[in-house]
Amino acid sequence: MIEIEEKLSSRIKQCFGRSLHIRHVDSGSCNGCEFETTALMNPVYDIQRFGIDFVASPRHADMLLVTGGVTRNLEEALRKTYEAVAHPKMLVAIGACACVGGMIGSTYANLGGVDKIFPVSVYVPGCPPRPQAILEGILHAIERSHELESPRKGNGAYATGTSNV
Amino acid sequence: MKTTRVIVGPQELLNACCTVINDHGRFITMVASDECGMGIDRFVVRYIFAHDGKSMLTVVESVVPESDPTYPSVSSMIPAASWAEREAHDLFGIFPIGHPDLRPLVLHEHWPEGVYPLRKDYALTEKQEQDFSRSWSYPKVEGEGVFEVPVGPIHAGVIEPGHFRFQVMGDSVLHLEAKLFYTHRGIEKRSEGMPVEKGLYLAERICGVCSVSHALSYVQAIENISGTEVPERATFLRVLFAEMERLYNHVGDIGNMCAGIGYAYGINHGARLKEQLMQMNDFVIGHRFLRGSIALGGITENITEEKLMFIEVTLQQVQKDLNEIVGQILSHDTVVNRFSNAGVLSEQIARELFTVGPTARASNYDVDVRRDLPYAAYSQLAFDVPTLTQGDVLARFKQRFLEARQSFQIIEQVIKNMPKGDICVPIGDLHPYSFGIGITESPRGENLHFVMTGENNTIYRYRVRSAPYANWPAVPLCVPGNIIPDFPLINKSFELCYACCDR
Repeated sequence: MIEIEEKLSSRIKQCFGRSLHIRHVDSGSCNGCEFETTALMNPVYDIQRFGIDFVASPRHADMLLVTGGVTRNLEEALRKTYEAVAHPKMLVAIGACACVGGMIGSTYANLGGVDKIFPVSVYVPGCPPRPQAILEGILHAIERSHELESPRKGNGAYATGTSNV
Repeated sequence: MKTTRVIVGPQELLNACCTVINDHGRFITMVASDECGMGIDRFVVRYIFAHDGKSMLTVVESVVPESDPTYPSVSSMIPAASWAEREAHDLFGIFPIGHPDLRPLVLHEHWPEGVYPLRKDYALTEKQEQDFSRSWSYPKVEGEGVFEVPVGPIHAGVIEPGHFRFQVMGDSVLHLEAKLFYTHRGIEKRSEGMPVEKGLYLAERICGVCSVSHALSYVQAIENISGTEVPERATFLRVLFAEMERLYNHVGDIGNMCAGIGYAYGINHGARLKEQLMQMNDFVIGHRFLRGSIALGGITENITEEKLMFIEVTLQQVQKDLNEIVGQILSHDTVVNRFSNAGVLSEQIARELFTVGPTARASNYDVDVRRDLPYAAYSQLAFDVPTLTQGDVLARFKQRFLEARQSFQIIEQVIKNMPKGDICVPIGDLHPYSFGIGITESPRGENLHFVMTGENNTIYRYRVRSAPYANWPAVPLCVPGNIIPDFPLINKSFELCYACCDR
């Protein structure tokens, strides 16, 4: 845990000049992943000490944290949020539902995984993943951020990582 | 639990339901199902009522034929049935005649008309094109100086999705319209055909933070069908897990309500204690949300004496801290000022909408299935069901604290009187096409699970009426007269989960 914390702190400083802003989107989660993401901000994990903050607008965000397997009723809202995030779009899928659909999978009302519509940088499995795992997932996404190219500069090809954390 | 079935024709439904209500029945929900697989033509609606204190349920049921899929709406007499009838209209295409509001509920406007996913001839994974030509219709307030503020479905914090339209005059809310069911995932359809053992894992994932309650409701419904007697030790341990779940939720909510007014002391201490409780869960069960603790016919793993001692010691400390923190919070004038008279739920509305849980009890509606329809080992334990009368945010805050204090006492008794013996028995083969009902009290109120079995121990129809499903219709009624900045606080004081409402 301490090792992850130190690495995270230094990488955030290198890549983002001290702060990493994250926008969370619930695309049809059971609330478990939300509880664990919120736990990251409690006095025990206190991720703000690494310069990480959850922001209200996707326009202010460097990273998108998606929970849930993308329900039909939320697909449009998720698309709009994704569009609004600045390039390069780092997307971390949190929890079994966002990774592969979880127990619910594909139904008439659920797509069953965020990568059905958007490229995912890092998958964090678990039902729900512990706060430590989410933190490690964020770190891995930063480590891979150089693989994401801004469409303005390059050909717009995104990494579609499959590394499980 | 004894279940009385009253079978009537569609035309007698309304009368039969009113008779049960007049006989002090408490309406819980309506369950619709497509029973063509059993040779029935074709749909069945079941209105479920509880007789509190008598440990008895009444199910008023009627067949709705495919040739004329209509039945008289009960909502005009029992407003609490409104959502269930709208849902059945969306998912099964059966029409409640005389229903005051048949707008789409579960499937939003972009779902095509005339397509009903919960009918048996609709395939689970069949998707429909989204048609955005139809817009959402809702009542509007118009006039000079009236503005509309749309919020959501994606919110500013790390919270669940819902869409709200505030019609406001200045800061004051005149009317609030809530659009929910964004996280409708099709869990009920997913369960159909699943082995009952696997269905338990699905039940635990309906709601992340009431896993134990949902799992318990589910296994009780199945045990109800098989007639299984759960070993005594398992019933005590089930109570232990259910109360551990109530504690981490109530303590977390106490902190979370302080977040509604940006009171950092309360937020941080609440979050700290909740984390301590969740780490205790992790140590005892191996899961922070206590998933995997409940099994069909008992519980999954025995809890050693050392772990019971650890729980006792941890809770003593948490209780001491909680008393101090709540005392500190309530001695703060700003907190009391913001909490008082905000989002008042009147006793009349609480009763007429058959609300449940701490929400109902803070509005002097004394209903708690742990006492009224006892399950597991609750009938052998002494505890009070506290109630308050004001029905405002402050009352719901105090209600959670009072209930947490009862939970500490219950756990103390459970540990002291823990019987020895088996923890699980096999449930055996289930009779196909019979239904069972399981009801438990989650931290948010009662969760009802209706399970109908199919061939070879599978699920034929599964319907979940969670506590938030009963309480959500009451929330928009508490907001007019308040100012918009108080809405997050009011919403947090109800602490209704969206996921188990939407399923």
